[in-house]
Amino acid sequence: MLNRHELLEKHGWLLSVAILVVVAIGGVVEIAPLFYLESTIEKVEGVRPYSPLELKGRNIYIREGCYVCHSQQVRPLRDEVERYGHYSLAAESMYDHPFQWGSKRTGPDLARVGGKYSDEWHRQHMIDPRSLVPESVMPPYKFLLENQLDYEHIEADLKALRAVGVPYTDEMIENAKSDITTQLDPFADDYDAFLARYPKAQVRDFDGEPRKVTEMDALIAYMQMLGTLVDFETYQAEENYR
Amino acid sequence: MANTRVAQRGLGTDGMLIALALGIGVFYWLFVAARAVDPLMSFHAYVFIIGFTAGLFGLVMYATTPPAEETGYQTAVVKAGVFASTFWGIAGFLVGVIIALQLAFPNLLYFDALGWTNFGRLRPLHTSAVIFAFGGNVLIATSFYVVQRTSRARLAGGLAPWFVFWGYNLFIVVAATGYLAGVTQSKEYAEPEWYADLWLTIVWVVYLLVFLGTIWKRKEPHIYVANWFYLSFIVTIAMLHIVNNLALPVSLTGSKSYSLFAGVQDALTQWWYGHNAVGFFLTTGFLAIMYYFIPKRAERPVYSYRLSIVHFWSLIFIYIWAGPHHLHYTALPEWAQTLGMTFSIMLWMPSWGGMINGLMTLSGAWDKLRTDPVLRMLVVSVAFYGMSTFEGPVMSVRAVNSLSHYTDWTIGHVHSGALGWVGYISFGALYCLVPWLWKRKDLYSRALVEWHFWISTLGILLYITSMWVSGIMQGLMWRAYNDFGFLEFSFVETVEAMHPYYIIRALGGSLFLIGSFIMAYNLWRTARGDLRAGEKRPVMAPQPALAE
Amino acid sequence: MAEKEIDEPTGTETTGHAWDGIKELNNPLPRWWLIVFWVTVVWSIGYWVLMPAWPGLPGIGGYTKGVRDHSERANVTEAVAALDAQRADDTRRLLAAPDMQAIENDPDLQAFALAAGESLFGDNCATCHGAGGQGFKGYPNLNDDSWLWGGQLEEIRQTLRYGIRSGHENAHLSIMQAFGSDGLLPRETVDDLVHYVRGLSGQEHDGTAAERAAPVFQAQCAQCHGSDGKGDQSQGAPNLTDPIWLYGGDAMTIRETLWNGRGGVMPAWEERLSEEEILALAVYVHSLGGGE
Ligand code: HEC
Ligand code: HEC
Ligand code: HEC
Ligand code: HEM
Ligand code: HEM
Ligand SMILES: [Ca+2]
Ligand SMILES: [Ca+2]
Ligand SMILES: [Cu+2]
Repeated sequence: MLNRHELLEKHGWLLSVAILVVVAIGGVVEIAPLFYLESTIEKVEGVRPYSPLELKGRNIYIREGCYVCHSQQVRPLRDEVERYGHYSLAAESMYDHPFQWGSKRTGPDLARVGGKYSDEWHRQHMIDPRSLVPESVMPPYKFLLENQLDYEHIEADLKALRAVGVPYTDEMIENAKSDITTQLDPFADDYDAFLARYPKAQVRDFDGEPRKVTEMDALIAYMQMLGTLVDFETYQAEENYR
Repeated sequence: MANTRVAQRGLGTDGMLIALALGIGVFYWLFVAARAVDPLMSFHAYVFIIGFTAGLFGLVMYATTPPAEETGYQTAVVKAGVFASTFWGIAGFLVGVIIALQLAFPNLLYFDALGWTNFGRLRPLHTSAVIFAFGGNVLIATSFYVVQRTSRARLAGGLAPWFVFWGYNLFIVVAATGYLAGVTQSKEYAEPEWYADLWLTIVWVVYLLVFLGTIWKRKEPHIYVANWFYLSFIVTIAMLHIVNNLALPVSLTGSKSYSLFAGVQDALTQWWYGHNAVGFFLTTGFLAIMYYFIPKRAERPVYSYRLSIVHFWSLIFIYIWAGPHHLHYTALPEWAQTLGMTFSIMLWMPSWGGMINGLMTLSGAWDKLRTDPVLRMLVVSVAFYGMSTFEGPVMSVRAVNSLSHYTDWTIGHVHSGALGWVGYISFGALYCLVPWLWKRKDLYSRALVEWHFWISTLGILLYITSMWVSGIMQGLMWRAYNDFGFLEFSFVETVEAMHPYYIIRALGGSLFLIGSFIMAYNLWRTARGDLRAGEKRPVMAPQPALAE
Repeated sequence: MAEKEIDEPTGTETTGHAWDGIKELNNPLPRWWLIVFWVTVVWSIGYWVLMPAWPGLPGIGGYTKGVRDHSERANVTEAVAALDAQRADDTRRLLAAPDMQAIENDPDLQAFALAAGESLFGDNCATCHGAGGQGFKGYPNLNDDSWLWGGQLEEIRQTLRYGIRSGHENAHLSIMQAFGSDGLLPRETVDDLVHYVRGLSGQEHDGTAAERAAPVFQAQCAQCHGSDGKGDQSQGAPNLTDPIWLYGGDAMTIRETLWNGRGGVMPAWEERLSEEEILALAVYVHSLGGGE
């Protein structure tokens, strides 16, 4: 063996190729099946692409680095299921580019935070977390209320996501910009069509400032939909044990 | 060339190619700046323009100076790397201390008007600054040094090594300013956006070519084991970086992109990357440093050639499989979790092979540990490596991970590897390199190295023990049930319980930071050629030059 | 092959190579190292046999399920069921209790309900109502004996199930209008009303202004807060005569209340929590502050 190893020790390019081959194997065997094994993503009802406002909120969540403190992944462990709700399914993040499962829980899991609090609570909590939770170590995000939401190019975002596999329809892309304001206004003309495009989407002003479209609107809209899409009534848990 | 004028160096093909690339780059970024769809993109376009223009300016300066002798080793770029490592190290540790203090004293260190100083923006700055800016510069500098020495050949590619150095550091600046401004892909340790990723790819390919080119030019029949490790680090990081960063930009003149993969596939791709960033950036790269600097400093042969071979190939083969241990109990299918766990267990001995080879290299020279604090730092580093590569497999066991995951235990594990292993092996290498590069008899002060060693060791111990306690406590509190069968603690109660440990951690981190200031001072005085009076110094073997 | 030599201090042979002065010893692999390595390999193979482990090829699909047919999802379902079973007896008795009195008469049952309630309160309610139920501005104190929507067990239960202005169809509604900003009352009248309201709770105020506002109060406010200002729990209208304030009793805050209106939101818990959990919480909240 040692003598044969000499060959590698004498040829840099051969050594490089050998290294590449050796390190490529594990990833191929583990990752590739996730794309073709049918059991990877559960069949569920209710998961849909993010509405434009939710998507914007999600991008703010990413921009602010919320994922460094919050996971979005309830593990199938007794205490977690009791604390946070049903364990997370792969299907729930199938349109997440990129995923936001997180790796550290400095703050609680957010996978099912949707509906847990009022918009006003979120608003106040984001402005000053310690005014509501004195022990909190979460940073304040007051500026989100002052920042106008920039959604000038929102169609481009939807198009890019469609190109990587999210089933946004032409109609969704066409209406992307107006859907932002529609979701913030329960009296908008397009209300029904919007809800048909994004079932279960919550329509209202989220940040307590009905006349403004702020980043806070988008972030709270995202918080309020987290974990609310899957219809667990129709979900066949046992078929998806794995 | 005319004799009438002072001879100028001019630009060889290497310089021409770089100049051409930078020139095209400037035009490209001017175009982007003009059409940028978001302010962050135009900001970064200007960063690139400034960087590239400075590069062109540097080339002009270079071309118009009189030629210097270029026969020996290329050491200037290594010196630059030493400087950059020290600088970024301090910056990264400082940000680490700041974020540690933020978690300990949130009321004092968050500012409404300064959203960019929030924990969420600074934490990636810390991780990238220590891993890529500090660690990366140490790796580039030492690899350039070691590959020349062990190949008895000057670095290949003429000016290309300089391109690698400056190009890499430009990437760091783009990444770091991006985090503060809110440009991120959110993939841990791969946060920079698509254009920074592309730029790093270019730099990395040149790095590989320089490294391989130098090996091709070598005058030794065999490639030294340190270079196998460097090569595996460079090749594998290239593969990981490219695949994990596959993303579709929303606009070619905008900063935002969407990852090509989604959900569960994206998660495994990310942790295949993330785990092996540990495996190939923070492990094989630094093992390469160990394989050169420990035998060199101890003046002893490497313990076992056979062990080198076996542990090298088993390490790199097995490492790749272990990524799923970051996704235990998630929606990742269980079969993949099993593979991640079992391969992590099998990774234990290949990892310890490196530790054995490093530690046993001291056989016959253990007494030097008493007198040479630099060697002690190197050896303690290997001990920490052994510790974290034992802890890692333990944490990979699903039952253990159900407790440790998401808690500070992981943070403790990270920093026993990061501060103990990566930090100390780097410090040891820097302490070796500065006298060698600047051709000084010895370090300015060994006593200061002692101070550095003890202060930072205390810091590391405070850091990791506090995180073990808080992590395990947090994990236990999350799953604690009262007698009636209900959860005993609310989440916020666990946050409150962390408070004392966050203070201790911040204290430990501060000690580590103070140590690095002491090192910087010592290195600076050494480079200047000072020797602290009144210190006893053993005789050191000088580093031979190439010409000899 | 390069020349081999013997390393002095250890007496071991070198491989004969040298790089920049670094040599290598020709030591064998440490035996214990090799053994442990093999042990981990064998252990892993064993583990693969037991557990789901290897994915199938494209076209074949599936994965090796392992002889133990392990599934964490099945396990957790069982674990939760086991816990439920352990609590089933108490739960059944709790749900069957006709009223608060019945629960209080059964110390075991009461202890059970309080333990459950306290546990659930920490993660779900404390963020709004404070860790001890003391509340924050806009989030009522649950420790006192003052209730917006009624403090009897059944009333609390209703509040928890459907929430307040939560959007749930059965939620408590009724809001405090924005008398100022919606132009229902002129500015001066609102200012006068502030004095009137402060007068109700015996705070320092301008008597003449309050007098001017008295008829307005009877016309505009009494339908909710009552002609004596003592509030109306059927409409969630707070008692304005006591020193307990939801938003605040200082002139500025009262003015803000009157000008912009109020309508705090308490989420509905029906979907998130089970019937027995809600009941336990109601018992717990009831115990906090002299429930009615
Ligand atoms: C420094 C870590 C940190 C960062 C960064 C952070 N959080 Fe938090 N978060 C916490 C902690 C700790 C808590 C628990 C205490 C509390 O409720 O404030 C929390 C609680 C929350 C809650 C309440 C969850 C619940 O179920 O009670 C939400 C919602 C939330 N954070 C959203 C966010 C968002 C959105 C961001 C980013 C814009 C963010 N957090 C950034 C630490 C953080
Ligand atoms: C999003 C914040 C929020 C959360 C979470 C919350 N509440 Fe409330 N709760 C409120 C607000 C706001 C009110 C008062 C609404 C109003 O102004 O009338 C309220 C009112 C109540 C009341 C009525 C008080 C009265 O005087 O009639 C009770 C009882 C109550 N909450 C209990 C709970 C319990 C138990 C939980 C946990 C399951 C909980 N709350 C969670 C915000 C919250
Ligand atoms: C339609 C019913 C209704 C009418 C009419 C009404 N209120 Fe209210 N009021 C409420 C409700 C409901 C609340 C509690 C709001 C909440 O829970 O967020 C409230 C709250 C208040 C508060 C805050 C109490 C605190 O503890 O902070 C004040 C003060 C007040 N009302 C005064 C008035 C005055 C003065 C008027 C007449 C101009 C008036 N209200 C008319 C329903 C009403
Ligand atoms: C045999 C070697 C090792 C194994 C099997 C291993 C295993 C693990 C495990 C199980 C985790 C926790 C994952 C989670 O629960 O989220 C982890 C996290 C981590 N380890 Fe290791 N480890 C090893 C060596 C090292 C070394 C030497 C370093 C550093 C130099 C290191 C750096 C890290 C980092 C940075 C993380 C955190 C990743 C994140 O969540 O962001 N590991 N490792
Ligand atoms: C002064 C020294 C340091 C201090 C005070 C420090 C502090 C911190 C803090 C507070 C965190 C965040 C933990 C959390 O989210 O709870 C962190 C994360 C991290 N640090 Fe450090 N750090 C230091 C040095 C280093 C060094 C030298 C390295 C690597 C070479 C490093 C690598 C990391 C990594 C990889 C993480 C992310 C861990 C994860 O995601 O699981 N740190 N550090
Ligand atoms: Ca708004
Ligand atoms: Ca990236
Ligand atoms: Cu790992």
